[in-house]
Amino acid sequence: MTSSAMPPLGPVSEPQAATDAAPGTGPVGTLLTEPPPVSATGAPMITIEGISKWYGDFQVLTNCTTAIRKGEVVVVCGPSGSGKSTLIKCVNALEPFQKGQITVDGTQIANKKTNLPKLRSRVGMVFQHFELFPHLSITDNLSLAQRKVLGRGKDEAEAKGLALLERVGLKAHAHKYPGQLSGGQQQRVAIARALAMNPIVMLFDEPTSALDPEMVGEVLDVMVELAREGMTMMVVTHEMGFARKVANRVIFMDKGEIVEDAQKEEFFGSPRSERAQTFLSRILQH
Amino acid sequence: MNYNWNWGIFFEQSPEGTGTYADMLLSGLMWTILTALCAWVIAFAIGSVVGVLRTLPSRAAQAVGNAYVELFRNIPLLVQMFLWYFVLPEVLPESWGTWLKQLPNAPFYTAVVCLGFFTASRVAEQVRAGIQALPRGQRMAGTALGLTTAQTYRYVLLPNAYRIILPPLTSEFLNNLKNTSVALTIGLLELTARARAMQEFSFQVFEAFTAATIIYIVINLLVVTVAGLIERRVAVPGR
Repeated sequence: MTSSAMPPLGPVSEPQAATDAAPGTGPVGTLLTEPPPVSATGAPMITIEGISKWYGDFQVLTNCTTAIRKGEVVVVCGPSGSGKSTLIKCVNALEPFQKGQITVDGTQIANKKTNLPKLRSRVGMVFQHFELFPHLSITDNLSLAQRKVLGRGKDEAEAKGLALLERVGLKAHAHKYPGQLSGGQQQRVAIARALAMNPIVMLFDEPTSALDPEMVGEVLDVMVELAREGMTMMVVTHEMGFARKVANRVIFMDKGEIVEDAQKEEFFGSPRSERAQTFLSRILQH
Repeated sequence: MNYNWNWGIFFEQSPEGTGTYADMLLSGLMWTILTALCAWVIAFAIGSVVGVLRTLPSRAAQAVGNAYVELFRNIPLLVQMFLWYFVLPEVLPESWGTWLKQLPNAPFYTAVVCLGFFTASRVAEQVRAGIQALPRGQRMAGTALGLTTAQTYRYVLLPNAYRIILPPLTSEFLNNLKNTSVALTIGLLELTARARAMQEFSFQVFEAFTAATIIYIVINLLVVTVAGLIERRVAVPGR
C-alpha cells in the first residue's frame, strides 16, 4: 500500500527513445546507452521494439520503441490521431501490427505460438467507453472472465468481485446492471473487472475521456491508488494532473511516432521537441 | 352475385370421412404449426451459425456465410420447394432418391428442410446485423479479458445481438409461419391446402377462406403477443 513498491528511477537512464536499436534484449543494466530507460532494479514488464503498423497504405505507427518496467506508471499523451490508442491496443494484441515485436513479461505477442487469450487474461485493459457487458449484472460482469478464463468457481469469483467492488466503493451496486450506473461508476466497475483477473500490468485507454467532468475525479482516484500500490500501468490520457501526480515517465506521440519519452519532471519542465512544447502549452493553458 | 351462404358448413361431415370440415381445417392448422416450428428450429440454428460466420475476422468464414445467404435468399421459395421435392431425389444416387421418394410424410420433411434453409438465410442477415450493431469495444472487452472468440460470441456478443434483433426476428417467424402455405404445392396438407380442399368439396369458397384467414391472423397475433412477453422478459435493466 505504499509507494515503496515502485522501483526507484535510474538516474542515468536515457529518456529519449532511439529508433534503431533493439532494446531490452540484453542483460538489464549493462547497456546504459540503450534506449528505453531500463533501470538496474526494475525488470522490463513490457518492451515495445520498433513497432510499425499500417491501415492499407496509411501508416499509423512508425517504429515505436519503448519499455515499461515492473511497477512503473507511464502516461502516453499526444494529439488525437497520434496513434497512442492504437499503440496501447497493440500491447495485448487487440490490434495487429506488421513490424516489430512486443514482449509482455517475457512472452512475445507477435509469436504465432503464443497463447494470446492466456496472455491477455494477465493484462488488464480499461476502455474509454467502459465496455461493461450490458446484459449482465455488475456481479456477473466481474465474474464472467474469472470463471470462463481462469476456471474459478462461482463463489470464489463472486467473492473476489465483491471485494474489488468494495475497493472501488461500489459494493452496494453489485446487483445492478451497467445501464443503471453513472459513467464514473461504470468505469470504476470496469477497473475492478480488470483487476479481478490478477493482472500483472494494467492498460488504460483514455479512461476518463468519455466521462462528465464531475466524474473524472472518482476514476482518477482509483487509478492513483492503484499506482501507489505498485501496479505497473500504461495510461493513455490527457489528464496531465494525473501524470504529474503519479507518472514516472511520459511518452509523447505525434503522427504515429514516439516523439518524446522522458522522466516526468523532464517532460513537464523542459520538453525537448517543439511538438511536445506546443502540445503542452495548448493543454496546460486553461 | 348468387351465393348460398352457409356458415353451418363447418359442422357438416367432410367427404373424406374423417370428421367435419372444422376438423379438416384444424388438422391443416396442426400441420401448419408443426411445419413452422420444425422449420424455425433449423432456421434459427443455421441462421445463427451463418450470421456469426459473416462477422468473423476470417475471410474464408465470411465467404462461406455470404455464399449461403446469397444462394438461399435469391431463389424464390416456390422454386426451392420444387428443387427439394422434385429435383433433388433425381440427382442423388438412385438408392437415396428412392428412399427419399418412399419416405412417409415426404412433403412434410421436405417442407421443413426447405423452409428451414430458406428462412435461415434471412435469420443469418438479422444475426449479422445484430452483432454489427454492437459497439466494437464489446468484442474487444471480451477479447481483452482473455475470452476466446467462441466464448466472446457465446457470453457477450450473441446475448446482446439477439436482444437487439428480437423484433425483426419476430417478423421472420411470422413470415416463416405464413410461408408454410407454399408447401401445399408439394402436397403438404396444411391450412391453406385444407381450405382449398374444403372449397372444392363444398363450393363454400367464402366460408372456407374466411376461416383460414381468421385462423392465420389469430395465430400470428398470438405469436406477436408471446414475442412481446419474451421481449419484456429479457429486457436489460437500465436500458
